[in-house]
Amino acid sequence: MTMRQIAFYGKGGIGKSTTSQNTIAGLAELTAGDRIMIVGCDPKADSTRLMLHSKAQTTVLHLAAERGAVEDVELEEVLLTGYKGVKCVESGGPEPGVGCAGRGIITAINFLEENGAYEDLDFVSYDVLGDVVCGGFAMPIREGKAQEIYIVTSGEMMAMYAANNIARGILKYAHSGGVRLGGLICNSRNVDGEVELIETLAKRLNTQMIHFVPRDNIVQHAELRRMTVIEYLPTHKQAEEYRTLAKKIQNNTNLTIPTPISMDELEELLVEFGILGDDKEFEHLVGKTADEVPVELAVAK
Amino acid sequence: MAQNNVNDIKDHAQLFHQDEYQELFKGKKEFEGGHSPEEVARVAEWTKTWEYREKNFSREALTVNPAKACQPLGAILAAVGFEGTLPFVHGSQGCVAYFRSHFTRHFKEPFSAVSSSMTEDAAVFGGQNNMIDGLATSYNLYKPKMIAVCTTCMAEVIGDDLQAFITNAKLANSVPQSFPVPYAHTPSFVGSHITGYDNMMKGILSNLTVGKKQETTNGKINFIPGFETYIGNLREIKRIAGLMDVNYTLLADNSEYLDSPNTGEYKMYPGGTPLEDAADSINGEATIAFQSYATTKTRDYIESEWKQKTYVSRPVGIRGTDEFLMKLSALTGKPIPKELEDERGRAVDALTDSQAWLHGKRIALYGDPDLVIGLTQFLLELGAEPIHILVNNSNDKFEAELQGLLDSTPFGKGATIWGGKDLWHLRSLLFTEPVDLLIGNSYGKYLWRDTHTPLVRIGYPIFDRHHLHRYATYGYQGAINLLNWIVNTLLDELDRNTIIPSKTDISYDLIR
Repeated sequence: MTMRQIAFYGKGGIGKSTTSQNTIAGLAELTAGDRIMIVGCDPKADSTRLMLHSKAQTTVLHLAAERGAVEDVELEEVLLTGYKGVKCVESGGPEPGVGCAGRGIITAINFLEENGAYEDLDFVSYDVLGDVVCGGFAMPIREGKAQEIYIVTSGEMMAMYAANNIARGILKYAHSGGVRLGGLICNSRNVDGEVELIETLAKRLNTQMIHFVPRDNIVQHAELRRMTVIEYLPTHKQAEEYRTLAKKIQNNTNLTIPTPISMDELEELLVEFGILGDDKEFEHLVGKTADEVPVELAVAK
Repeated sequence: MAQNNVNDIKDHAQLFHQDEYQELFKGKKEFEGGHSPEEVARVAEWTKTWEYREKNFSREALTVNPAKACQPLGAILAAVGFEGTLPFVHGSQGCVAYFRSHFTRHFKEPFSAVSSSMTEDAAVFGGQNNMIDGLATSYNLYKPKMIAVCTTCMAEVIGDDLQAFITNAKLANSVPQSFPVPYAHTPSFVGSHITGYDNMMKGILSNLTVGKKQETTNGKINFIPGFETYIGNLREIKRIAGLMDVNYTLLADNSEYLDSPNTGEYKMYPGGTPLEDAADSINGEATIAFQSYATTKTRDYIESEWKQKTYVSRPVGIRGTDEFLMKLSALTGKPIPKELEDERGRAVDALTDSQAWLHGKRIALYGDPDLVIGLTQFLLELGAEPIHILVNNSNDKFEAELQGLLDSTPFGKGATIWGGKDLWHLRSLLFTEPVDLLIGNSYGKYLWRDTHTPLVRIGYPIFDRHHLHRYATYGYQGAINLLNWIVNTLLDELDRNTIIPSKTDISYDLIR
């Protein structure tokens, strides 16, 4: 089996880390867990906590900073084994407001490569910080790295906006390399018409909504215990949802070059689904203070 | 102060001794509140003490004269060893100006390399447009047969993806689809020039050999020099292979490029390994690298992707050359010719002629890992005793290898390997534990000035002496060259130390 590498991207706070770890836990049930590696690419280092039952594992860059050089870090110190034998590593990053987190990801992934972390694996999963703000955050989708991207989103405007932006990023690399969009994962926020909305967005982006993960409090209960739902309560219906998602990803052949849409098109889509009001409808309110047009009048339409 | 008389232009060495400059320097010192000569002398004395040495070695955040260069420098030295190849550095212009001048100062030859001239815009928006325009311009203006791309810190920090950029540049028709544009990520803040050499060599070989693997071997031995700055070494390897009738490909043969004949006509790309031969190297019998730590990734790649045997052989000194010739003979079945045996005999004879002057001499040396191993091996053959061995771009494997070599003979007992240290550390070492001789590059002249330890210039860069790079340090003839430089530096020093009439000149001898 050739090694498959996937990456989870999505807006910050959307539930990427939760979704990806639960999905990988599901995948570890389906296949050999010790041949799976999770690479957390977020300075917050919360991509592996549910697998390891820890607050945040020791990161590559934390140790590198402590020792003075990444060359002085040993792989065994940062590559831990979590649920079902899944290998877990976190790139880590600088303190907020200093240094360069993007370069940190490049440094960490180069470190893993040079120290043989990628040997004897079937599956690698990258969990990447919400906003792909610079080239470093695109490291996981360079040639020879993740070739399948899953975007975690919801029916909220900003999450969809981020999803579209990420699709733009993928498109940049898709023509020069093999990276493809594997689908949108809708992590439900209980927005009205969410399934249809994300399915429509998926279609517009030339992809699929690979799975709709309903909202369930059990996820929070499991999180509190620093566990995935699959481990915490394997019989729960939410665990089944993640298993289904894992299976879908395992069997996914629908890998496409995305067709991102313009901001206007995205807004039209949101208007169509009643999330945003029509521009015309509010045109007379633009730039008007509360004195000029009282709130009651504006809302009453 | 203006030198208006063209018949009396004073050169740098005399100009500043004129009264007007001396006056100016005095004023400057006063203005800056400089310390008294007594105070300066007192502190200078203090820096020679063990107390200062301990402070110096607990230094954490500062490097003074690191005795290494950065990755792209090595990358472009590998690149110009290939036929018609233009090194293209993706990053800011200043870096490339430094690489070019660095080589030109050492080789006294022109050195062509271009940059993608990244500016603030590129730092913000990514350097893809610079790559697209830069490749097109380079291709059209300089008509190379290959463009080898590497990076500077700037492109690396913002995470520019060379593979993607080059593919997109080809899609934008900057260069034809089939035109080879190998690349290597060479962040200057990782490793050193030897890492960059390795990365670029691997990049070029993996680009050129795609789809070239044949069923049968071409019967050739591939040679990889590593970060080699002695042109004579490349010529010596070719001469030896010729004498042994060995069919070979010398990869990254930059000997013509860096030492081209002056015919009155400028050629932008003299010599170089033909791209066809480089592409066919995948079908070679075996690969011999002359440096280990400048070819680590390349050899891993050759072993795992080409399924080809690789060896490291440093043909330095008698033992090193013996081992190289025997390895070459074993791999090809060709006997070692009498001519080389005679050369060996002459080198051994030369060594015994000078041995009395070298036996037990305490030596400090610094440089790249492979250079240092070769030299240490040679010094031990001479019966000299390495004391301080300083390598800034060191690593654990190298230190273990060198320690093994030192442990193999009593002459190595007194040596300490100083990995990751710089020349300011070495200065303290030379003051507190003096030696008879220092071996290193031109930067060693500051140590010579301060500590009066005689300096033999071996290594890179050598900016302040001419033509040394034209000689070989490899092979039996190279051993004689090394011996010549080392022993005659000691004898010069002896003359200097016995030169005072009626005081020391009783030993000012004609015959040494």
